[in-house]
Amino acid sequence: MCAKPVKHERPEVGTTGHQWDGIEELNNPLPRWWVWVFYATIVWGLGYTVAYPAWPMLTGATPGLIGGSTRADVAEDIARVDAANAGIKARLVAADLNAIGTDPELAAYAERAGAAVFRTNCTTCHGSGAAGFQGKGYPNLLDDDWLWGGTMEDIHLTITHGIRNTTDPDARYSEMPKFGVDELLDDTQIAQVVEHVLALSGQEHDAGLAAEGAVVWEDAACSGCHMEDGSGDPTQGAPNLKDAIWLYGGSREAITESVFYARFGVMPNWNARLTEDEIRAVAFYVHGRGGGE
Amino acid sequence: MGILDRHKAIETHATLLMVLSLLVVSIGGIVQIVPLFYLENTIEKVEGMRPYTPLELAGRNIYIREGCYGCHSQMIRPMRDEVERYGHYSLAAESMYDYPFQWGSKRTGPDLARVGGRYSDEWHVDHFTYARDVVPESVMPPYGFLLRNVIDGEYIQDVVKTNRMVGVPYSDEMVENALADFTAQADPLGDYDGLEARYGEDAFGTPVNVRNFDGHADLTEMDALIAYMQVLGTMVDFSTFTPVANR
Repeated sequence: MCAKPVKHERPEVGTTGHQWDGIEELNNPLPRWWVWVFYATIVWGLGYTVAYPAWPMLTGATPGLIGGSTRADVAEDIARVDAANAGIKARLVAADLNAIGTDPELAAYAERAGAAVFRTNCTTCHGSGAAGFQGKGYPNLLDDDWLWGGTMEDIHLTITHGIRNTTDPDARYSEMPKFGVDELLDDTQIAQVVEHVLALSGQEHDAGLAAEGAVVWEDAACSGCHMEDGSGDPTQGAPNLKDAIWLYGGSREAITESVFYARFGVMPNWNARLTEDEIRAVAFYVHGRGGGE
Repeated sequence: MGILDRHKAIETHATLLMVLSLLVVSIGGIVQIVPLFYLENTIEKVEGMRPYTPLELAGRNIYIREGCYGCHSQMIRPMRDEVERYGHYSLAAESMYDYPFQWGSKRTGPDLARVGGRYSDEWHVDHFTYARDVVPESVMPPYGFLLRNVIDGEYIQDVVKTNRMVGVPYSDEMVENALADFTAQADPLGDYDGLEARYGEDAFGTPVNVRNFDGHADLTEMDALIAYMQVLGTMVDFSTFTPVANR
């Protein structure tokens, strides 16, 4: 059943003259408030192009009465934060590396700034907890086993110039010979010296092979870097082979791979990316993680 | 009937409506786009920008093929937090040889505009092979297959030529030696003087990374991609750069 059609009064506004199947379109005006807001946005828009850089001219855009530059803004923003920290940063740069910890205010700043720098730049390789990745060649920074030394000076130097990179001529450098690849040792000799290394680190080993390996160790001049007793040399980045900490794994297979192919861990130099105060802060942070010497 | 009531004439003539719409849109387009072609500060003058070497270009194509732009941007915005995390904000000049640019708009992973030199080659190999080995919280898919895809640069000359066609200033010499330069960059024991002369320090003021990027004997897609990663954002010499005020 259909409702009875309602007959509306024809309003004053009239129609647009459009008509479809007897349906007519009323010509109601737009709400006044809407129209005024619309006009206001046009005026605002024009005003905006006068106040801010906008119109392209022959040699450049109009600068605008107020101006406005995202680049200037960011420079100002950075300058403001730098200015706020300028005093403490200058003190950090001027301080003796080993004296940073003795000044509570400086130490508190370096610890926090260093943590921020570490999170931003170092965690990708050394892990967010600074524990590195065992067996993958990314050193743990929490222990007291240091490849290139764990004093403040050592850590500062390592961060500044990096290790074995091609971008800083002052980078720490040493290179283990590829005993297998370059055929400096044959497979038997490698197997022997690996047993010797297993013996050095107190792991299960074949005593007979290890004894012969000790001779190979001398002949191949392993002691030149790793020292006579295998305790390593931080001035050459030669790891201690007597402990249970292994950068690339301490299994027979992993050590064999290390001797055969050698290892060549690279760390970028950070002097191009970080400022001296940031490097000092992160060095202090790393030194303070537990293993600093 | 004022002029505003005349719109009926336009609205009831499809062709007229189309022509006039096109006219209005064109004016808008011309005002926005044309100045970019003649304004001198659209692309600022900087020191050190050079076209990608053939190996880097191949790496860039792999980057595009794998859809890296879906998760990584290459655009550091001028804001303090971005500048402090990633380095100097990106300049138009830094992507002037990118066809197409890789600015991206999604950061599931970090911005890569200045990833060059930030990590070691070895790290990149580990990370591409299985990202969670070195970044446990990463969601990046593994790309270890790149290490198995040996490439010989068969089409590299065409790639260089095509880039020249669309506006990258490769010289005739660069095009001719594309294949030689392609292999030379990943072989530090070989002869890379030609590559160095064409793209290096003397020509553009930016050294070329010549390394065995993936640590394996074969020249693989991994080499190319890492060569590309290691050059990103490292070309411009910011010590000679002064930003224009009104940008």
